[in-house]
Amino acid sequence: MAGAEGEDSLYPIAVLIDELRNEDVQLRLNSIKKLSTIALALGVERTRTELLPFLTDTIYDEDEVLLALAEQLGNFTMLVGGPEYVHCLLPPLESLATVEETVVRDKAVESLRKISQEHSPVDLEVHFEPLVKRLASGDWFTSRTSACGLFSVCYPRVSSTVKAEIRQHFRTLCSDDTPMFAKVLELDYVKSDIIPLFTALASDEQDSVRLLAVEACVSIATLLPQEDLETLVMPTLRQAAEDKSWRVRYMVADKFSELQKAVGPEITKNDLVPAFQNLLKDCEAEVRAAAANKVKEFCENLPEDSRENIIMTHVLPCVKELVSDTNQHVKSALASVIMGLSTILGKDNTVEHLLPLFLAQLKDECPEVRLNIISNLDCVNEVIGIRQLSQSLLPAIVELAEDAKWRVRLAIIEYMPLLAGQLGVEFFDEKLNSLCMAWLVDHVYAIREAATCNLMKLVEKFGAEWAQNTIVPKVLGMANDPNYLHRMTTLFCINALSEACGQEITTKHMLPVVLKMSNDQVANVRFNVAKSLQKIGPVIDSNALQTEVKPVLEKLATDQDMDVKYFAQEAISGM
Amino acid sequence: MSSAATAPPSVDKVDGFSRKSVRKAKQKRAQSSSQFRSQDKPIELVQLPLLKDVSAQEQPELFLKKLQQCCTLFDFMDTLSDLKMKEYKRSTLNELVDYVTVSRGYLTEQTYPEVVKMVSYNIFRTLPPSDSNEFDPEEDEPTLEASWPHLQLVYEFFIRFLESQEFQPSIAKKYIDQKFVLQLLELFDSEDPRERDCLKTVLHRIYGKFLGLRAFIRKQINNIFLGFVYETEHFNGVAELLEILGSIINGFALPLKAEHKQFLVKVLLPLHSARSLSLFHAQLAYCIVQFLEKDPTLTEPVIRGLLKFWPKTCSQKEVMFLGELEEILDVIEPTQFVKIQEPLFKQISRCVSSPHFQVAERALYYWNNEYIMSLIEENSSVILPIMFASLYRISKEHWNPAISALIYNVLKAFMEMNSALFDELAATYKSDRQREKKKEKDREDLWRKLEELELRRGIQNSDGIIPT
Repeated sequence: MAGAEGEDSLYPIAVLIDELRNEDVQLRLNSIKKLSTIALALGVERTRTELLPFLTDTIYDEDEVLLALAEQLGNFTMLVGGPEYVHCLLPPLESLATVEETVVRDKAVESLRKISQEHSPVDLEVHFEPLVKRLASGDWFTSRTSACGLFSVCYPRVSSTVKAEIRQHFRTLCSDDTPMFAKVLELDYVKSDIIPLFTALASDEQDSVRLLAVEACVSIATLLPQEDLETLVMPTLRQAAEDKSWRVRYMVADKFSELQKAVGPEITKNDLVPAFQNLLKDCEAEVRAAAANKVKEFCENLPEDSRENIIMTHVLPCVKELVSDTNQHVKSALASVIMGLSTILGKDNTVEHLLPLFLAQLKDECPEVRLNIISNLDCVNEVIGIRQLSQSLLPAIVELAEDAKWRVRLAIIEYMPLLAGQLGVEFFDEKLNSLCMAWLVDHVYAIREAATCNLMKLVEKFGAEWAQNTIVPKVLGMANDPNYLHRMTTLFCINALSEACGQEITTKHMLPVVLKMSNDQVANVRFNVAKSLQKIGPVIDSNALQTEVKPVLEKLATDQDMDVKYFAQEAISGM
Repeated sequence: MSSAATAPPSVDKVDGFSRKSVRKAKQKRAQSSSQFRSQDKPIELVQLPLLKDVSAQEQPELFLKKLQQCCTLFDFMDTLSDLKMKEYKRSTLNELVDYVTVSRGYLTEQTYPEVVKMVSYNIFRTLPPSDSNEFDPEEDEPTLEASWPHLQLVYEFFIRFLESQEFQPSIAKKYIDQKFVLQLLELFDSEDPRERDCLKTVLHRIYGKFLGLRAFIRKQINNIFLGFVYETEHFNGVAELLEILGSIINGFALPLKAEHKQFLVKVLLPLHSARSLSLFHAQLAYCIVQFLEKDPTLTEPVIRGLLKFWPKTCSQKEVMFLGELEEILDVIEPTQFVKIQEPLFKQISRCVSSPHFQVAERALYYWNNEYIMSLIEENSSVILPIMFASLYRISKEHWNPAISALIYNVLKAFMEMNSALFDELAATYKSDRQREKKKEKDREDLWRKLEELELRRGIQNSDGIIPT
């Protein structure tokens, strides 16, 4: 990089720093994101002596800016002159590692971990390790939290006396009473020390600490050899599964698949199966829901030789009870995974044991449950075909389509193309078509929008001829609706359908309606006409475009409404 | 969808939005309790005589026995079980409440551990999970604690006990210790507002009577708030804790300790960034103003903090910030005002030109505040140039006529304040805008050059050592 110094001095630091100090946060953020460019312009020497001190001194800024800075500095090694000078980056990062905002702090720690690798062993002891110690003994919790994330990177590369010091720091931090602190601790380890600390955390008085010990349980279990698991981890795990705080039990349920993988098939069979049964029957709905969520994954990961047996005798009875649980979250959690069991159990078992459960859930009083079943229909379709369900499906779909919550209606709309494909055009025309049309006049915009998009997908599936016969007349009919929102829906539908329907239908049937609407009394309709004309322009034949579309747009371009004018001009210039 | 069927076929109405509320009257079922694991067998308590029916010598022992009986917990989710015994415990608790209120000489040393034990058994529990996944405290009904008929009396008893004239903190501190307080603070997350209200009184009394616990309580509240702001965004008792803090801050001795200042800057100010600010903003603003009344030199860090956390997208919050800022300006000292007027009025100038009329309106109301007006007047040579451009621009193009009118008044006020400067700014408005544009172009040029340089370097060092 030498030799370019003369050029670098073209850029006075003041100008560049002004950029980093701009009043507008967005501009400041942009500048920080291009910090490497600035450093490059300054050259390595002045980056070290001028830019970094400036950055260290002005650390008080919006968290978003700080986040970008913390990230940038992790990639700065070459810009300060290579590994030899990498320690120059430590002061600004040290300040960033003490910020309250977790995201910033974590990013600073990440960058510190990254550049620690670029330190020589000597620099690590001279510059990096003292920083870790300073952070570890800071009196505000933020710096101590950050220190925790740094132990593991410097530990392996320092001399044995320093190693002992680090272990000592680690132990002091572990007994720190700031609970937030203990939460981070589990992330890191020093193998010989961790088990006793971990056991202590797992029996901490505060359940927020105990529940994080569950998470640590997973990582420790993966680390230990199989023969140590029984004595070192399992007692804690068993205790956690029966903890008096529901939050701890919830955590066990939530981490169940990970635990299962970590402890291996033998312990799963002997310990986890009964534990899982208990969680599925827990007295707290939250726990049952978390466990229900894991049913499919748990079953999938069971050892193959005993899988079916365990599912049929141990898991399925609990699942049957959950289908009629009193809590809707439990039922809807179950409904989101239960269909997945059919692939594991095969056709016969599905028909005999699971089908009744699916049917029961399709009739559930809670819309989410039904929706979750419907949204996973494809799993069953692969195993037994959708026909078995169609009689129960229809009432469920109709009811969801009219649900009072618009998000539920939105969700079912999204499954329409899938359902239409699996049920066939006849069934669709007979039972579902009217629903699809009714959504177009829903009072929630998001539903109308989704309904438009749905029509497009249906046309793609069933073809232009079907569109012309079934939906186009109805859509065009809405152009005369007294409600201007419905009139606009016609335009939105035309935008979506024109391409799928092709040139003939668009020019012959749709275009006249659009052109007529250019005289609408509502400005919103008129400027949407302009937008539509631009949108469908490519599909219309060029003759009509010149003789019919253009004059209308030109007229709109002289409209008294500002927006109509604007969009008409846009459309003309796009022609 | 159902609007096609039910929407009135009104023909002439141009507004097509049907404004019916889809939200059905929610059936009230919100009751929950995590306190009880189902018990198998019915509970039997031996009926004890009433305290007033026994002799004075026997009373202390009977009192202890009753306290022990009240450690028995009942399942309130099952409304049918143990009805008789539930009623018995209720009446016993009532009797205990009366007893601690009126009796004298009942508080022997042995009673302290028993009272604390009974209270702990009843109130400390893992709080039940919130019923809906995304509980919105502003919209949803809170889940009420099912065992409240007993719990309420336990709280009342404990409050009377703490307030009793015979109560001696020096004995009680053995039992009401850090662990006890920690569990108490965790309960502030209860969804039941009645419980939080009782807790507030309890904590207040404990803070008042146990000097040794004060620092610990403040520290734990710190931790709760930090967890709330940076980790969970969920804690139901923020408003209650702030209310207690309000009176704690009131009692701080001067000069303020570094610990308290740190609390203000690192905990209270970040609380402004919470999404649910509206639930506790009044209490928070009160705490902030309390601090400033104690120590005016904190004004600068506080206002800079507010500017740092100024809402970017949420107009409702912006209005709250403006309200709080006005409260602060009401008590600001002129010397402090001078220190922060520039960044402050840059923000106010942005608010004034906000397209959201409530934000603009709230900011413009500052000019109705006599004290603020006097401060502006004294410093008009600094403030007017900052405000002028946005006022001038918005006066012509704000969509809301009410805002335009308010702006007109503000401009008029400025004109009267400092007509020479006003005329000068009006005259140079155009050239100032052009200068700004030029500056903007220079910026872009600079960056283009910088990027070219980077590109050239990138080619020079095509072995790829330049990080991107």
